[in-house]
Parts: sequence; structure tokens; C-alpha cells
Amino acid sequence: MVYFLLKRLGWMAATLWVVFTLSFLLMRSVPGGPLDQERVLEPHIRANLEARYHLDEPLWQQYLRELSNTARFDLGYSYKMGDFTVNEIIGQGLPVSASLGILAMFFALSLGLTAGIVSAVRRHSWLDFSLMSLATIGIALPNFVVAGMTIILFAFVWPLFPAAGWGRWIDVVLPAFCLGAPYAAYIARLVRSGMLDVLGQDYIRTAYAKGLLPRDVILRHAIKGAMLPVASFMGPAVAGILTGSLVVEQIFYVPGLGIHFVEAALQRDYTLAMGLVMIYTVLLYTMNTVVDISYSFFDPRVKLE
Amino acid sequence: MGVASPHGEQDVERYGRLLDEAQAIKGVSLAKDAWRRLRRNRVAMISLWFLVLLSLVTFLTPLLPLQAPKQVDTIRAFSPPTWSTAGSIDANQVDAHFGAQNAFNSLLLQGRLLLFDDWALPSLCGTDELGRDLLSRLFWGARIALVVGIVATLVSLVIGVTYGAVSGYLGGAVDNLMMRIVDVLYSIPFIFVVIFLITILSEKSIKARLSDYGIDRITIFFFVVGAIYWLTMARVVRGQVISLKNEQFIEAARTIGAGRARIIFRHLVPNVSSVVIVYLTLTIPRVMLFEAFLSFLGLGVQPPDVSWGLLANAGFKVITPVKIYWWLIVFPGLALGTTLFALNFLGDGLRDALDPKLKNW
Repeated sequence: MVYFLLKRLGWMAATLWVVFTLSFLLMRSVPGGPLDQERVLEPHIRANLEARYHLDEPLWQQYLRELSNTARFDLGYSYKMGDFTVNEIIGQGLPVSASLGILAMFFALSLGLTAGIVSAVRRHSWLDFSLMSLATIGIALPNFVVAGMTIILFAFVWPLFPAAGWGRWIDVVLPAFCLGAPYAAYIARLVRSGMLDVLGQDYIRTAYAKGLLPRDVILRHAIKGAMLPVASFMGPAVAGILTGSLVVEQIFYVPGLGIHFVEAALQRDYTLAMGLVMIYTVLLYTMNTVVDISYSFFDPRVKLE
Repeated sequence: MGVASPHGEQDVERYGRLLDEAQAIKGVSLAKDAWRRLRRNRVAMISLWFLVLLSLVTFLTPLLPLQAPKQVDTIRAFSPPTWSTAGSIDANQVDAHFGAQNAFNSLLLQGRLLLFDDWALPSLCGTDELGRDLLSRLFWGARIALVVGIVATLVSLVIGVTYGAVSGYLGGAVDNLMMRIVDVLYSIPFIFVVIFLITILSEKSIKARLSDYGIDRITIFFFVVGAIYWLTMARVVRGQVISLKNEQFIEAARTIGAGRARIIFRHLVPNVSSVVIVYLTLTIPRVMLFEAFLSFLGLGVQPPDVSWGLLANAGFKVITPVKIYWWLIVFPGLALGTTLFALNFLGDGLRDALDPKLKNW
């Protein structure tokens, strides 16, 4: 277990280094740079700014400095929002994005599990058919389309929720739902096919034979086996929710990391964009590792390498 | 030989019969077999016909009696969908209202002017904030969506198949190294890197330099997207090649002196084509979704070009607390949704049809 974690940490460091080096080289190979604006800067001001961002040093020196800074979790100042360090911006945005993402995950899991189990237990009924059709629609539609439909339905036709904003609990419902919906659909399909596999196995028959209630058989015995494909889907799902939040945060005006990332990309705020890419890599990697560990929890036969 | 057999003539007759029988049996090729099974899948067939129709219509868009996609008419801004008042186009301002076109499109446009004169369909899907006809913009946007989907997928196909086949065939340390590279690339959150990349490449001076070489944003997009989506393809092809490379026909090819490249591209690659086709149909919708996603964020296709993601984004931009122009969100969403839907169903159907494990079910 410890060995596994250490190995993963090593690979994460390698991945981060690749991402960093790629981004760094790309950034520096751009002629001009972030200080070129519509207004030409005075030479002195320009020199001062370059000194502040260490742009006046030779390339390898910049690279080593940035690398050691990044290794010490110091991501420097934002180019466009000069009063803030990248760390401060991340510190403000991350809790917002994280709560949105966790809630979306919660939506996805609870909706997906319920729909999948119901479909499997009542297989080939109209309920199964309609739930699975809904799941297919959920997978095919991009989340900004889902967001549009829900805004029209639940903010205008039937005004239950606000169309945008952040701060009250009611603001979270629509974005979290839109973010989680496609993953709920995937999970529902996975759970259904997993359940159908498991329900045909001997140990389920044994459980029935010893007189357990159907509810207990399904909730205690069958569901654990059916969770395995779901667990392995959680890695991509987390990645998807992270990316999906770029769009959803923009639609619902949620002040999270995603909106900063898009802004940084549009404004060419290199330090901020680079910092956010690194943060997303760390998040993704951590979640994938957690998923791998949970795998061995759901299926004792799986050994961590 | 030479000894006359008493059964000679009977034998000839018997062999003749057997030969006739053998000739009467028609071999079923993999493609034919798959097509037969695909035809039984009704949803997949509906999707297939829908996609064929869509490609045809988008190919011939300039010929259709649509209004001009770039004709600004602020008086008509935000008018809801209508059946009644027919639209019109201004024959004198074709260049301005349709944008600069290549020779093929101009030819089609002239045909359209001959056929329908200045008559055009009413604004069935309403108009946007500048009074431009949404229906026409959807059709013109479909062209970009389909081209991006297909070209970017082909790029990923070429990279993925080559990489996977080479890695699988060579094996050993080379294979190991190549697959470790894929592993590292897998764990990079690519969408973020791509956005970062596009940001840098759209810097003014770089953009100018690139456009000297005739590379515009869409071309960059093709390569960038192709460069992401090859990873899974490479893994799948590698797995297939490893299981195929010890087969006898490869041995035979090697015996008659075929070189490595020839074996890989003439003998191995055609044998993985069914898996590749399935992945292809499943990759196209993902690429289209990605294009819509980037355009939605303002990082993909740039106005005045149109794309479905861009149209949907425009719809979201004009939501206000008091008013929502529903048609600006619903129709682009519907167009994208139906197309992706059809592609997904067709991909699923093809997978069922081409997967030998499911045969005769």
C-alpha cells in the first residue's frame, strides 16, 4: 500500500514536470509576451515589469527559478490581475469549484445508482425502458444544452431556482445538476449492466435461499459487486466534472476556478493559466489514485501494484 | 495414372457435383456480414440515414433556399420563430451576406439564385440579436461541425494507428517506452493543456506568422484535437497487433521477405480495421462535442464563422432575468443533440455488428 502510494507520487511528479516543461517552453517561445498590450509601455516601466516577472534573465535561469518556485507551491503573480498571486486566486476559487464538483458527484451517484438498480430489478419493464432512454439522452447531450433546457424549464417556465448566481444554497442546485447529469446517465447504465451480471450469480441465489428479503439481497450483496465498473468509471468522471465545470461555471456565473481558467486563457494570463493547469493535473491524479484504491476495497481480489 | 479405373467416370461426376456445390456457396465477407447485422438494428439504421441526409444537406447548403447567414437586419432582431413571412436575399450583396466563398460554394450559390431567385424560407427558427436568420446559421454551422469532426478524427486515426501498430509489432523495450509515454500523456488533463495551447497560438504575431503558411485557427484545432484523441486508438490497435503478429500469415509474409513497414501497413493494419472503424464512429461525436465545447467558451471557431457551440453560447449571452430568447438556445442545442445522438447510436450499432464475439446472437 505504502509502496503503491509512493510509486503513484513519483509518477505524479513526472507528469507534473512534463506538463510544466511543455507549458513553460510554449509560453517562452511566444514572441512578445504578456507585457505587450495595445499601449506601448515606457522603456523604464517595461524594464521594471520584466524585472518583477524575471523576464530579463536567460531562459535556463528562468526555467530553474520557475521550477523551484513551483516545487515550493509558489506560482507567482498573475500577469493580468497584478495585485493577486496565483495562489490567492486559486485559494478563492478552489473551495467554490470543489463544493460544486462534490455536489455534482453526489447528484450523479445518487441519481445514477437509484436509476440503475431500479432498472436492473425491474428489467424489461416500461420503467427500465424509459430510464435507460433518458440515460442515453443524458450521455449524448453536451452539458451546456442540458443547462439551457434546465434554465428554460426551472428558471423561466416554472421559476423554482435562480438562473445564475452564487452564495445561497439554492444557487447550487441547477449547476450541480447540469454538471452531474451526464455522469448520472453513465453510472445508471454501468450499474444496470453490473447488477444484471451479479444477479445471475450463485451467491445471490444462496442469499435468496437462506431467506433474506429481496431488499437485503440487493442492497447488501448485489450492489457491492455492481459497484466495480462504477468505481473504475469514477476516474474519468472526476476528470469530466472538472472540465464540465468550465462551461457550467460560465453559464451560471459561478466564481470558481473554471471561470478563472477561461478568463486566463482569453486574456493570455500565462502564470495563472499555468498554475491552474498544474492544479487540475494534481486534482485529476489524486482522484485517479483514490479510485484505484477504492477498487481494491470493492473487489478483494484486486491487488494494488 | 494410366490405369483405367472402373469408377473413373463416377468420380469425375462426383467431383463435378462437389465443385458445383462449393461454387454455389457464397462466402460472406466480414463487411457483408456486419452490414447484414447492422441492417437489423433499426435505431442504428435510422441514425445512419439521418447522418447521410445531414451530410448531403450540409454539403449542398449554398443551394438551399435559405436566408443569408450574415445578413444583419437589426429591425428584425430577436424575432421569434415564424412560419408565415417568407424571407428574401439581396442578390446584389451576396458577397457581403454570405461571406467570401470558394469556387464550389459560389457555383452552388449561383445555382440557388437561378433556381429560387431571391425567395428564401421564412425564419423557422427565429433570428438572433443582429436579426440574422438562425435556421440558415445552423446549416452553415453544421458544415464546420461535420468537417471538424471528420478531419480531426482522421488526424487522430493516422497518428493512433501508426503509433499503436509500430509499438505493438516491434515489442520489447521500444514498445515499453512508447507505452510509458502514452501513460504519462493519459494523465495530463488535456483539455486544459489544449486551451492553454490555443491561447498561445492565437497570440497576434504567431497568428500572423502561421497564416503566412496558410494555417488558420481551424487547422490548428484539427491537429490539436487529433493529437489528443489518438491515445485510446493507439492502445487498442497495439493490443490487436500483439495478438495478430504471431499468426501464420505474418510469418508467411516475413518468409517471402516483406519488410517491417510493409508487414505493419499492408498486413497488420487492414486486420485491425473493424476495431478501428468502431472507435472512429465513437470518436467523431466526442470530437464534435469538444469543438462545440471550445467554441462555446470562445476558444474554438471565431465569428464571423459559425459553429453550433458558438450559436448556443450566443443564446446564453442574451439571457436576462426578465427575458429569455428560448429559440436561440433550443435550436442549436437540438441540432447538436440530434447529431451526436445519431452518431452515438450508429457507433453502438457498428460495435455490435462488427464484434465477432456477439456474432449470431
